[in-house]
Amino acid sequence: MSLAASRPGETTARPAAGGPSAVTAIGVSKAFRLPHQRYSTLKERALHPFSSSTYDTLQALGDVSFDVGVGEFFGIVGRNGSGKSTLLKCLAGIYGVDSGEIRIDGRLSPFIELGVGFNPDLTARDNVMLNAIMLGLTRREARRRFDEIIEFAELQEFVDMKLKNYSSGMSVRLGFSVAIQVDADVLLVDEVLAVGDASFQRKCFDEFDRMRSERRTILFVTHDMNSVERFCDRAMLLEQGSMIALGAPDEVARGYNEVNFGQLASGGEGSELGAQLDARILKTWCENTAGERIVVAPQGETCIACIEVEFLKAIEEPLFVMSFRNEARQPIFKAHSAGQIVAGAFDAGDKATIRFSFENFLAPGRYTLTPEMAIWDPDYRLLDLRDDVAALIVEAANRSGGVADLPHRVEIERS
Amino acid sequence: MSAQPAAGRYRGPSAVGGDLHRFVNLTTTLAVSDFKLRFFGSALGYLWTLMRPLMLFGVLYLVFTEVVRFGDNVKNYPVYLLAAIVLFTFYGETSTRGVTSLVERENLLRKIRFPRLVIPLAVTLHSMFNLGLNLIVVFAFVLASGISPRVSWLELIPLVALLVVFATGTAMLLSALYVRYRDMQPIWEVVLQILFYASPVIYVTSALPDSIEREAMANPLTAILTQMRHALIDPSAPTAADAIGGGVRLLIPLAIVAVTFALGTWVFMREAPRIAENL
Repeated sequence: MSLAASRPGETTARPAAGGPSAVTAIGVSKAFRLPHQRYSTLKERALHPFSSSTYDTLQALGDVSFDVGVGEFFGIVGRNGSGKSTLLKCLAGIYGVDSGEIRIDGRLSPFIELGVGFNPDLTARDNVMLNAIMLGLTRREARRRFDEIIEFAELQEFVDMKLKNYSSGMSVRLGFSVAIQVDADVLLVDEVLAVGDASFQRKCFDEFDRMRSERRTILFVTHDMNSVERFCDRAMLLEQGSMIALGAPDEVARGYNEVNFGQLASGGEGSELGAQLDARILKTWCENTAGERIVVAPQGETCIACIEVEFLKAIEEPLFVMSFRNEARQPIFKAHSAGQIVAGAFDAGDKATIRFSFENFLAPGRYTLTPEMAIWDPDYRLLDLRDDVAALIVEAANRSGGVADLPHRVEIERS
Repeated sequence: MSAQPAAGRYRGPSAVGGDLHRFVNLTTTLAVSDFKLRFFGSALGYLWTLMRPLMLFGVLYLVFTEVVRFGDNVKNYPVYLLAAIVLFTFYGETSTRGVTSLVERENLLRKIRFPRLVIPLAVTLHSMFNLGLNLIVVFAFVLASGISPRVSWLELIPLVALLVVFATGTAMLLSALYVRYRDMQPIWEVVLQILFYASPVIYVTSALPDSIEREAMANPLTAILTQMRHALIDPSAPTAADAIGGGVRLLIPLAIVAVTFALGTWVFMREAPRIAENL
């Protein structure tokens, strides 16, 4: 947290074109063949000599181009299956590419994940040596740096313990400690920041700052938008193998949230309450005061949650409720139409849009919207309810820690 | 971790790579750590590695000297049996473990860029460690049965070298094929079984009917074991050249070794860049 504050303004896009580039990708494409029927045995191949040619092509990467400057921290984000790891593997030279060009200036780290090749049945000592050599150190270098590695991982007492008795956090720490010993100019890392406890994470962050000051280039894949915003100079967003955003980390993080929850937000195809509906909710979305649909809402501005409904029977005096739940699924806020307006009567076939506007003082985070529609008949009878059918992401500069950030004043009276 | 020429990078990883030092380093490290795991992994550790050929030897020895009484007219039959089992076990172990080696190292292959050939070669090297230790037992046995050391024992060095080349070629070929065709494993088990009986392990070449002796000698394992018997155990036994009917004909088993190695290398080189994605 404090690190972000110590580098104000630095998170904005550093123009990669300004300096020499460390990694250049031009029109990189990569497809995987997925045979319809996988003929992975000779017998099957012999039995179906001609049918093995049908396959689907999965375009894992399509025409991806970018340029990473020397000393830049570059984030690669995207949903599962968007091609992030494939891209990293192509850059690392683990996969070949179908077309396009990758240029890397300087020594490239040969690994993309921490602790690869750790063997649970070997001791930490053996694993460190094995891993260090896998990552390109010579035996002598590995032995010389051994103490340093163990010290950084804070595992001095456990050097001769088998790795299978390590906690997962301990082995990740060990992996990280070995990995930072690699003298590479360009590091490619997959999901590196999900390591250790708070104090170790702090050390990792310091280590990143050290690497940054040494002008090492780091490309990393992550799902954690906080670390993207905290560390990256720039980031890029992949979606279905294509690059859909490239730029300042906060913009890319916002784009990531949109692709991730956008599908949900533009929905409206929620679960049916029952087969026999008297009225139904067609669509649910949020918009701003200008009438534009939004998924990401800045804190403090007016936000409007909307539903479009259709009546299949004549209904009098329906009620509308919009509930907001946070990620922990606690109901945070419920907007009711009852007591605010008189809805009046609707005929079968009528449609209406209901707008709930509110000053958005929700704490930053992700919310889901659950609209419901009901009547008093004579008891409360639900007409339609769509659970978590839309999403809203509230963004704010600071996180106060509460579930809502109500506007408030502070006074100090000396007595 | 040398800076490879960028041109090679986007075709995928190569089989050997540009940095020989790293290549050797990796191969030995992997083989040694595998060996260590075997050695310290279980209560009896290395004994198991030794037990396998010894148990096989015990069983075969009982059957062929006490039940079938096959070895009666072969001089020093028990010693030959043990030596042949140890050499054949090396070939069998290298090739069987070679088949699945790439798939078992999937984790490394998909996450780290390193020369792909390291994996099958580490398997060969590991088997060579075992072979070395087993050969100590063989020599102890040879000396214990009253055979005195001779200069011709040195012939064992090129013979073992030839066996290593043959086993490595087989391991490279099978490991690359197994990535694509998963039934290589059961197929190879059967082939190895056939090879065991087609090679003079439980019998000696000179006991074969003359009509098939020369044909049988085309099998490199047969040629190696025959020559081993002459050089190590019984100088009066026929040499490989005698058994095949002339030194020139020895080119046949040699050619089979060479072709296996070349084919294995070629297939492996061809497959290497795509191994990671085909796993």
